[in-house]
Amino acid sequence: MKDSLIALSKDALSSLRDLAPIVLVIAVFQAFVIQQPVSGFLSIVFGGLLVVAGLTFFIFGLRIALFPIGEDLAHSLAHKGSAFWLFTFAFVLGFGTTIAEPALLAVAEEAAEVAVGAGVIADTEEAISNYAMGLRLVVALSVGVALILGVLRIITNWSLPIMIIGGYILVVIVTTIAPAEIVGIAYDSGGVTTSTVTVPLVTALGVGLASSLKGRNPMTDGFGLIAFASLTPILFVLVYGIVMQWI
Amino acid sequence: MDLIVNAFLFVFNSALDVAPIVFFLFVFQLFVMRERIRNVQQVLVGFVFVTVGLGLFLVGLEQTLFPLGRLMAQQLTNPEFLFELTGHIGDTLVWQDFYWVYLFAAAIGFSTTLAEPALMAVSIKANSVSGGAIGVWGLRVAVAIGVGVGVSLGCYRIITGLPLQYFIAAGYVVVIVQTAMAPKMIIPLAYDSGGVTTSTVTVPLITALGLGLAEAVPGRSPLLDGFGLVAFASLFPIIAVLAYGQLSVIRQTKPVAVDEEEELPEEDKHAL
Repeated sequence: MKDSLIALSKDALSSLRDLAPIVLVIAVFQAFVIQQPVSGFLSIVFGGLLVVAGLTFFIFGLRIALFPIGEDLAHSLAHKGSAFWLFTFAFVLGFGTTIAEPALLAVAEEAAEVAVGAGVIADTEEAISNYAMGLRLVVALSVGVALILGVLRIITNWSLPIMIIGGYILVVIVTTIAPAEIVGIAYDSGGVTTSTVTVPLVTALGVGLASSLKGRNPMTDGFGLIAFASLTPILFVLVYGIVMQWI
Repeated sequence: MDLIVNAFLFVFNSALDVAPIVFFLFVFQLFVMRERIRNVQQVLVGFVFVTVGLGLFLVGLEQTLFPLGRLMAQQLTNPEFLFELTGHIGDTLVWQDFYWVYLFAAAIGFSTTLAEPALMAVSIKANSVSGGAIGVWGLRVAVAIGVGVGVSLGCYRIITGLPLQYFIAAGYVVVIVQTAMAPKMIIPLAYDSGGVTTSTVTVPLITALGLGLAEAVPGRSPLLDGFGLVAFASLFPIIAVLAYGQLSVIRQTKPVAVDEEEELPEEDKHAL
């Protein structure tokens, strides 16, 4: 019990540290540059406390429940699993962690509201939640595929720069035929997918895999999975935009 | 009453969001690895924490980070505020008039990145991969400057309404050129760093900042111009880490110490 309390307060401190620079910068700008009363100040402070509490509970829960199982699984599958299960695991890990990613949830909803404002989708609750969910599913699917590619690369020892640069070139080509209103959301989704939930589990998979293969250095070969997970969402969301345009 | 129903709904929704990964992990543990789950009680408690935490975080987000990002964008582009500073008004505003926006964006990008725990982990790994040639603190500052410049440049793009893909494509070209010249061991780490530097708290704030800017600046549409800040914040760390890797190689061959922070802005100029 005492240990959990210590762990919980450590998580609380790190959530506070996440928020601190934002609070500091905004406070300085409000005090010295803008110098105007802030409307809804109390609601913002209360919301800030909710953010810190929520993030603290979220990360604490992940650490005592999901991370140990996920990391164990990643290690044992990397060491003795069959190729089929390894790829299946890579896919569901990418898909599942991305669906649970808070930043993606937030951005997908914001994107849906902007789409309503621009008249791209109807202003009904159903249309909004469908749009946001569609976006999240596409991004989650793309991260699943990214991890399959990344695992394949670690096993076959293909060149990471060539694959990533090839991906970039593909992104630039697909952008030219994608509808303009999807481009910004697509490019942003690359950076949104990989944070709190995804990075620890995915890193465990990569490093576990590289350390179980002969002649690989976990320090250098274990990385690169996140790189794929930041690239494929751009491509998939662009294609999603093109396909939705036809329907 | 409404508040209780709402809170319940939020928690229920976040349980649905977390359900897939929990389900997959359990299935793999029980049916593929055929192992029992240890500490079932602890896992269940953890699941409750994750669900409640995600629900609270999302409520707080709606009340704090989104409104704050929008508010800052509105206040910094407020016609009266700009008029006091510049004497320009309405359509006669030029992009230079928004310098407080660029400064704010740079400050947010720099400070949140410097405090990012994932970046600290990456820096420590980079240090050991390079055998100490890449300094932990130097790299963190380099990446933080990279993100600051990136978000700031992203705001410039929103205000001017230039197409996002030109900037990103130019950034990719810089990355490709750098990849050809940077030490091999740093490349996977650099590519990964783009994804890890944008945290759960930063992303909603800078998304709201971008959308707020696109709403406030005359002639911009949130849908066409408002997104893209996160993309800048993910691209520039790659450039910064690669640049820092190149720099550490140059430093090793030259005995005279070069000022570390000098090199980075230079690299960033190529991206323009």
